[in-house]
Amino acid sequence: MSALKNPVEAPIRDRTAIVGIGQTAFAKQLAPTELQLACQAIRAALDDAGIAAHEVDALGCFTQETTPEFEIARNLGFGELHFFSQVAHGGGAICGALGQVALAIASGLARVGVVWRSRKRGDPSKRQWAGVQPRVGDHWKWSRPHGLLRPADEVAVTMRRYMHEYGATRDQLAAVALTQRAYANANPLALMRDKPLDLAGYRAARMISDPLCLFDNCLESDGAIAFVITSAERARDLRQTPVLIHAFSQGMSREHQLMTDYHGADPLVSSSAATAANLWRQSDIQPADVQVAQIYDAFSPLVLFSLENYGFCGRGEAAAFAADGGLAADGRLPTNTAGGSLSEVYLHGANLVSEGVRQLRGTASSQIDDARTCFISTCDSTPNGALILRR
Amino acid sequence: MIESIPLPTLDDPVDAPFWAGCRHGQLLIQHCADCGRAHHPPRAMCPHCRADAFVWRPAAGTGRLWSYAVPNPPLLPAFAALLPYVVGVVELDDHPGLRLVGALAAPGASAIGGVDPAQVGIGAPVAVHFIAVTDDTTLPCWTLSTPTPAAIPAGTPASREDLS
Ligand SMILES: [Zn+2]
Repeated sequence: MSALKNPVEAPIRDRTAIVGIGQTAFAKQLAPTELQLACQAIRAALDDAGIAAHEVDALGCFTQETTPEFEIARNLGFGELHFFSQVAHGGGAICGALGQVALAIASGLARVGVVWRSRKRGDPSKRQWAGVQPRVGDHWKWSRPHGLLRPADEVAVTMRRYMHEYGATRDQLAAVALTQRAYANANPLALMRDKPLDLAGYRAARMISDPLCLFDNCLESDGAIAFVITSAERARDLRQTPVLIHAFSQGMSREHQLMTDYHGADPLVSSSAATAANLWRQSDIQPADVQVAQIYDAFSPLVLFSLENYGFCGRGEAAAFAADGGLAADGRLPTNTAGGSLSEVYLHGANLVSEGVRQLRGTASSQIDDARTCFISTCDSTPNGALILRR
Repeated sequence: MIESIPLPTLDDPVDAPFWAGCRHGQLLIQHCADCGRAHHPPRAMCPHCRADAFVWRPAAGTGRLWSYAVPNPPLLPAFAALLPYVVGVVELDDHPGLRLVGALAAPGASAIGGVDPAQVGIGAPVAVHFIAVTDDTTLPCWTLSTPTPAAIPAGTPASREDLS
């Protein structure tokens, strides 16, 4: 589809930039609280940007974030706040949180924004499905009482259908986990930096929800990541290479059901397709122009589904694309280049955004030569969002 | 972590007739009282005509397995005790495109499970089988129908080679 040049139709294009990134240590379990971790990551992001805390007047976070905006503001010494938004749907949220703050800045409502995600998940008691109540009143009443309990089970159903329709195999799916593990082995900050994985190891892994095995599931980990966003004009005078937000969209398909998205006319066409159409409509950068991608990967099949829903692959082609090396550093679309949620750290996709920024700054552990365009997505099986970044 | 199977609330006016139907051994599907379209999961309003009155009609209770998973630990204790079990999505024969999540059970069983996952495949014909899990809550589960040779299109069951 042709790009639209009318700025009214793409009011966000290149008008804001991610100018600071910060993160804590990542580990299976960390001692500090989620608030302490959030403060540490935001302080690091502001230092990275060279922006004073009192300049911050906009905040974006997840509805699932447990550190409230007012605590963040009073601990870090922010100024008066003029914009604060929260985005729902967990793994679907980070691009929406960033994009909404960028819109606030592009429209003149605010000047400097902070977006953060702090999460302690290494303890089994923090697992989302561990908090299932004896009586379920929301949409999960249609699945959890039947034993379709965890997100892994919900994605396993869709993956088996995908394998059935297109003849995809578990060995092809393994390429997602293996490619990302290789990236993590080159990333000194990744949780899996010292743990190589090969196909034999993947095949031998225990099943979590057949057809998904242990290595198709994200890590359970603790940590925090934060971002600083300001206008592109201001960004030119700051210390880091500005990473421009070129295009942004959120998306929710018709008939969407959260994680058990089996009720639409074609369940393999997810909310990502709704996001994609509106994203590429605004963007001068089209799928063929994307040099590096960060694709949400709480479960490895989500990478395959997103590759197709965003138009990087045709229907049913993503499994072969991955198996043929398409996601590797020398492949057509290097993807999740720090190891991703499967092998670097699981921070609800914030980890994918910081890696996208590092790629465009030229400071990634597996740096893609002269990377100037980056695509970032969020969870394929929730209402979601995506960003195109450039420099 | 709860010890029991998580159960649906039964008193929501939008779907209470569905659960009452299950208690009486009927798979009731919500239909718009105005335009007649069928909905599942049930809705507060018909998205086609914005009507908010509904009638509930029994479905035949047969369908095909659209897809499924075989969960492995770690699981809630109540489900870990039922392993191995198959849970999936059933597309109803008399409502093409209308899908329900449900677990497989052996014929006549009072709990899910008891079905060899190796005998299960996508496209398998299934029939509803109601299991009372508490005094007030009955869940629609599914049993494998004995397929006639022509019942499953060739190549429909999931290839076990793919899952090895
Ligand atoms: Zn209607």
